[in-house]
Amino acid sequence: MQHAIADRPGPRGHLYYRHTLPVRIMHWTNVVALTILLMSGLQIFNAHPRLYWGKSSYTGAPPVLEIGMKGGDGADWAGVTRILGHEFVTTGVLGLSRFPSGEPSARGFPWWATIPDNPWLSLARSWHFFFAWVLLVNGVAYVAHSTASRHFARDLVPDRGDWRSLGQSIRDHLRFRHPVGEAAKRYNVLQKLAYLVVIFGLLPLIVLMGIAMSPWMNSALPGWVDVVGGRQSARTIHFIVAWLLVAFVLVHVFEVVVSGLWNHLRSMITGRYRISTEESHERPNA
Amino acid sequence: MNDRTPDARRRFLQRAAAAAGTLLVAGCERLSHSEWFTKVLSAGETASAAVAHAVTSRASMAQEFTEADRSPTFRSNGTAEPNNDAYQALAVNAFADYRLEVGGLVAQPARFSLTELRALPSRTQITRHDCVEGWSAIAKWKGARLAALLEAVRPKPEARFVVFHCADPMTEEGADFYYESIDLEDAFHPQTILAYEMNDAPLPIANGAPIRLRVERQLGYKHAKYVLRIELVESFAKIAGGKGGYWEDRGYQWFAGI
Repeated sequence: MQHAIADRPGPRGHLYYRHTLPVRIMHWTNVVALTILLMSGLQIFNAHPRLYWGKSSYTGAPPVLEIGMKGGDGADWAGVTRILGHEFVTTGVLGLSRFPSGEPSARGFPWWATIPDNPWLSLARSWHFFFAWVLLVNGVAYVAHSTASRHFARDLVPDRGDWRSLGQSIRDHLRFRHPVGEAAKRYNVLQKLAYLVVIFGLLPLIVLMGIAMSPWMNSALPGWVDVVGGRQSARTIHFIVAWLLVAFVLVHVFEVVVSGLWNHLRSMITGRYRISTEESHERPNA
Repeated sequence: MNDRTPDARRRFLQRAAAAAGTLLVAGCERLSHSEWFTKVLSAGETASAAVAHAVTSRASMAQEFTEADRSPTFRSNGTAEPNNDAYQALAVNAFADYRLEVGGLVAQPARFSLTELRALPSRTQITRHDCVEGWSAIAKWKGARLAALLEAVRPKPEARFVVFHCADPMTEEGADFYYESIDLEDAFHPQTILAYEMNDAPLPIANGAPIRLRVERQLGYKHAKYVLRIELVESFAKIAGGKGGYWEDRGYQWFAGI
């Protein structure tokens, strides 16, 4: 977010210069990189659709998560997902799904969720590691830029007023009420906390857990992976954090849609966000 | 936007999302099959290898584990029983007639029997085997240090890679023998051994008898099983598919440290 250096009056309020060019570029780079990382990651997961806790996969304990099939001869096959000993039938999506041609396929995640769509581990790894570098370089650039430009200090670190408004902000979110007018120029406290958790929690953690799976990087400081329980635990955490990021994106996109999809989309493309001049509880772009 | 009804807008958004999804999947498929794009993607491997080498020392040691960490059973992956008559004849005789041939760019080509390999300086280590598929298993390995074997045959200065030719054909017709290659940094690494024992017993056939490579900082497919011949080369471009290994020829990364 920027100061209102380019405020311009408009028919239904004024345009406020919200996102700087570097932030906009880095935002959309993240959209591309995270989408490809998720889908190529699911293809890699499909090569061995089981997750474990510990240093190795074969400790005598069953997997904490397993996607597979059950059934006998004939047509009674089912895709099943077992989580901590609980079994769910997930035919059609997990374990057993169909290609667009209708051909059944025994696989963890279905074709439409993976890159490449067919089982192809080596190429999924190429996609994954290339975009892992894109994400990492983009993330480092973002942190450097946001520190230097004081984007963090000015826009993301909650101040005392934010903490006091925490309860009110939770109530507002639950009623889908969003700030308008001057208040819409600032991120609300829940928004700030969500962004900070993603930027300084989930993203560094998923990168670190990816590195923890590298046998070569294990040798940088032998035993460091035991801090999280071992390599297979790291793989499990990597998977869980990926879905936490998906959950963040779903909430993020939901909030964007209910608080003015086109206004937010424009502000992340051109930088300009429309502030409605009349104080009302209407949605800005309804 | 305001002249649209909410229904029209919802339909538009649904179609846009479906179109974007279809474009994404179809676009990625086209790119996956294009040569130039897979070359672009391989920059990721180059970057990973460069950074992995930059942040570790030449002899950075893979983690070693305790007896209690060992997996109850050590999984066999890939070939479990080589479809090769000459190999099977050696196996019948408990590999008494096995000779490991070491040649290529060396001053003194040699052949080693299992007894001679056992007489070389050895190392015992409990390490984790990480498969490219995602699973890990821990076992205890004992084997001849590859560095000691190489010192015996004296690599020529132009030698850059060590190639391992294996006894297991990868097709049912008995063609496409497994092979792998590593650089001299890995070859002279203290934990790089030609293992002849697993978990205090002679290496089982399912796990690569009579010897398999252990190159502990890399993924499982680098750990060639059923090694028959070791060749020192300046380049592996002329061997099989030219990418330095059976799986590398099929798109897998030569640097398997990640």
